[in-house]
Amino acid sequence: MATTTTTSARAQSTAVGKRPRAPRHFLATVAKTVLALVFVLPIIFMFISSLKPDSQIFADLGSLKAFLPVGHISFANYTDVFSRVPILQFLMNSVGISAVTVILGLLVNSLAAFALSRMRIRGKRIILTLIIATLIVPFETLALPLVWWVNQLPWLQINGFDLTFTHGWLDTYRVQIIPFIANAFSVYLFHQYFDSIPKELDEAARMDGAGWFTIYRKILMPLSGPAIATVAILTFLPAWNSYLWPIMVIQSENLRPVMVGVEYFYQLNVAWGQIMAYTSMITLPILVLFIAFQRSFVNSIASTGVKG
Amino acid sequence: MLLSQTTRAATGAPLPPRRRRRIILSGSRGESLTGLGMAAPALILLALFILVPAILAFVLAFTNAQLISPNPIQFTGLTNFIQLFHDPVFYRSLLNTLYFAAVVVPVQAGAALVMAVLVNTKTRGTSFFRTIYFLPVVTSMVVVSMLWLFMYQQHGLINQVIHQLSFGLVTGPDWLNNPATSMPAIILMSVWQGVGFHMIIWLSGLQTIAPDLYEAASLDGVTSWQRFRYVTWPGLRNTRALVLVTITIQALSLFTQVSVMTQGGPLYSTTTMVYEAVQTGYQQQQTSYASAISLVFFALVLIVAAVQRFLTREKA
Amino acid sequence: MKSHKVRQLTAASIAVLVAGLSLAGCSSGPTSAGSSGASGNTITLWTHNAGNPAELAADQKIVTAFNASQSKYKVNVQAFPQASYNQSVVAAAAAGKLPCVLDIDGPTVPDWAWAKYLAPLDLGSSIANQLPSTVGKWNNKVYAVGYYDVALAMFARKSVLKDADIRIPTVTNPWTGTEFNAALAALKKTGKWAAPLDLGTSGTGEWWTYAYSPMLQSFGGDLINRTDYQSADGALNGPAAVNWATWMRGLVTQGIIAQKSGADANADLINNKTAIEYSGSWAAAPLSKALGSDLAVIPAVNFGAGPKIGGGSWEWGMTNSCGNKAAATAYLKFSLQPQYQTGVAVAAGTIPADQSPASLKLDPSYAPGGTNEIFAQMSSKFAELRPPTPAYPFISTTFTTAAQNILAGADPKSTLDQAVQSINANIKTNNGYK
Repeated sequence: MATTTTTSARAQSTAVGKRPRAPRHFLATVAKTVLALVFVLPIIFMFISSLKPDSQIFADLGSLKAFLPVGHISFANYTDVFSRVPILQFLMNSVGISAVTVILGLLVNSLAAFALSRMRIRGKRIILTLIIATLIVPFETLALPLVWWVNQLPWLQINGFDLTFTHGWLDTYRVQIIPFIANAFSVYLFHQYFDSIPKELDEAARMDGAGWFTIYRKILMPLSGPAIATVAILTFLPAWNSYLWPIMVIQSENLRPVMVGVEYFYQLNVAWGQIMAYTSMITLPILVLFIAFQRSFVNSIASTGVKG
Repeated sequence: MLLSQTTRAATGAPLPPRRRRRIILSGSRGESLTGLGMAAPALILLALFILVPAILAFVLAFTNAQLISPNPIQFTGLTNFIQLFHDPVFYRSLLNTLYFAAVVVPVQAGAALVMAVLVNTKTRGTSFFRTIYFLPVVTSMVVVSMLWLFMYQQHGLINQVIHQLSFGLVTGPDWLNNPATSMPAIILMSVWQGVGFHMIIWLSGLQTIAPDLYEAASLDGVTSWQRFRYVTWPGLRNTRALVLVTITIQALSLFTQVSVMTQGGPLYSTTTMVYEAVQTGYQQQQTSYASAISLVFFALVLIVAAVQRFLTREKA
Repeated sequence: MKSHKVRQLTAASIAVLVAGLSLAGCSSGPTSAGSSGASGNTITLWTHNAGNPAELAADQKIVTAFNASQSKYKVNVQAFPQASYNQSVVAAAAAGKLPCVLDIDGPTVPDWAWAKYLAPLDLGSSIANQLPSTVGKWNNKVYAVGYYDVALAMFARKSVLKDADIRIPTVTNPWTGTEFNAALAALKKTGKWAAPLDLGTSGTGEWWTYAYSPMLQSFGGDLINRTDYQSADGALNGPAAVNWATWMRGLVTQGIIAQKSGADANADLINNKTAIEYSGSWAAAPLSKALGSDLAVIPAVNFGAGPKIGGGSWEWGMTNSCGNKAAATAYLKFSLQPQYQTGVAVAAGTIPADQSPASLKLDPSYAPGGTNEIFAQMSSKFAELRPPTPAYPFISTTFTTAAQNILAGADPKSTLDQAVQSINANIKTNNGYK
């Protein structure tokens, strides 16, 4: 994998190198910079506004000041947010829910993709088509039947050595996790990626008597770093951002995820500064995570795409 | 969709001759079972949490079920669909959905491709730009919608910028309150939010094009447009399919932006099918009618996907 | 082999289909069969106040006092954000997981009573002193009771009105429609304001019906015919309603209101970006803090059929599925004591529902001579309940869409006709909501 990327990148620069360089390069840089501003300014605006009182947010709209930390800068909005919403609890819930969804999602979807990519299964083309077909169903249209349905599902309660069956999943962590583990797009991405790994590798292992699960665990998965990272991101984002679902299935405040907290600020007068502060705080963890892993994130998504 | 193409590519090896197949039948049967076992968790979960509610939605569409009602549910046949096909708002939502998709799919795909070409270099700062372009993707759509709602106000940031850049000559419209600009405003914002993701997918395609093709092209002294047209574009064939399908599905399901920013208005100019399904299903409590809308929506997505598959296949 | 597969597949699909059908059969039936919300003598209470710390604290105070006042029952509080509260309740009802006690937005009470979410209340003399608009009734039974009401009003600067030579109206002598229009024209003419009147058109959800249907009623129209609540024909699309719609649209075309008002109406009035703000009693405190004695509270305008404001705010009820109705009733009765229910009204800055002297002593501003007396007066004199019919949620969303379209320029008559048509169709679908 790594080899392909470097060679193609080198080829790109050679290709560019043959062209008259300076003006083109300059133009491209200008274009890239303008684009960067377009993408980053609204987000800067959010962070900067979170430091200002409402009246100043509106007053600053007319000038560059909207993007600059000038005027009455304070963390007042942040302290207000903390007194209004149990944000730490919400953050912890979201971290937990997202992390578990990601880990189980990686396992379940890669296993399915492995089977469909590597093994001879009767009707596997139909199975794959059916899996992909689930992508066309927007969650919003299924939410209500699903609420009723999850409330009928059983659950095994384990208290030490005491096993009891309970029924109904409402108002739990699991109802925010389990329905979102299996994901057609994740299966599809893993499937794509596994297909790009030469079959000779696992055939050799088969000759040596390795079982399917060993091949999955010892050969394919270690080679699939980029696919794992991609699926992790694509599972993490919707889990972190989930909104409609927890509104419908969560009643206890201590189980709520971060996005529901936004609703707290629509009561009474809409406090824009507080909303900006809250959304900044719930966006910041992902941004930091993203910037920290920027290189592997972007490169990994890039290398998971369809091979030409 | 592109799926069977890729599966065919995946299983591209010619089928083993019959004789051999018969010999390893028992082994392959075991393999089939093991494989199904490994795929089972995903299949069961998808069945439980997508198939079951989807079937329920399907059945409900033929009843008179209401969200809140003490009355027993009755089957009413096609009543909901007859009502639906006499409902001008439904046609409007259908049209808006197609309008949004028809603009967003080419614009977002095109912009993403341009950006991908721009950042597909080894120059300094490239990864910085990639990161910046990807920022909106990791920001929640609800948050993004609220942010832009704020910026789109009559005297909001965007109009102020327009005013300043035109030296006071141009006064921007009241974006979200004008039926002529509300949908374009939502389109612009949606592209802004999603384009970074597809840039990355294009980038992956660009990096798989064999370097010797470019070298050969540059020896022939072609222009950069010719190079793009005859080397890059054909090399992106499979990537195109992926980009097309993901943007299309995402565009047809337009909901969050509308729900946060315009609630379908003004004058139904931003009412989409999913929004209409949610609005009638929850706010107006007409569960069965909303299910009928959802069913028509599923059918629409299937048709669009089939058409796309047909088109991409022909060119290939 | 092959036929085996086919049989398996058929069996599987039939099983799934049957599952689907039986789901359909149960999914939205009343959930009264099971009991929920109580575990022995501990009951659960839901409120929409997660985003309103002051009011939530006042509710919590009642619960704490109740739990301490006796040892038999215990109440647990769960708070939800208001914007999605109804969705949370409906989802819980579909799953048979309603609490014992919950608060409900007034106009929704008949719908939830009809759907058997709510049980009728027997509170006896505990509600003798309540403002009539705070008692949620349906089919002659009481299903909910509120601790407070709110009143719609307009706010302006006395100095601004005086400069434009505009009379400051009173509850006994409110503006007429003609007077109001003249005042708006005069303010517009000064050129000081892009849009002199802020009607709160950027509001969403229930605000539209709450705020603008009283104007419709003052014009002589209504949301539905109140004789039997079976049709909106004539009420919502008659000449009076068309006049109201034409007038509303005229405000936009004449530049008197913004089709979508600013994000912060109070700030706009305080910063003199608007001259008159249409809001409610809840805005009085922040505005009077900023404007002092210059603040004028303007009662509802009389467009012909008398001045009207919407009645009924959040109210408390008991669910039909409640597993311990005795505990729920005991709690509700306890909470209706003046010091508790009026405590919530004070915390929320709203009009105390209990108009007894004992209650008004707790918030003298609403007593005769108090600064907020005007709101209590308007509430008792002008308040018109939003139509107490289970069809209300549908009527309200339909009206909201129609009003938004009319403000955006849709033809008033045909838009209202269409609204009437869908309301009537919905009533029919639900067998008249009887």
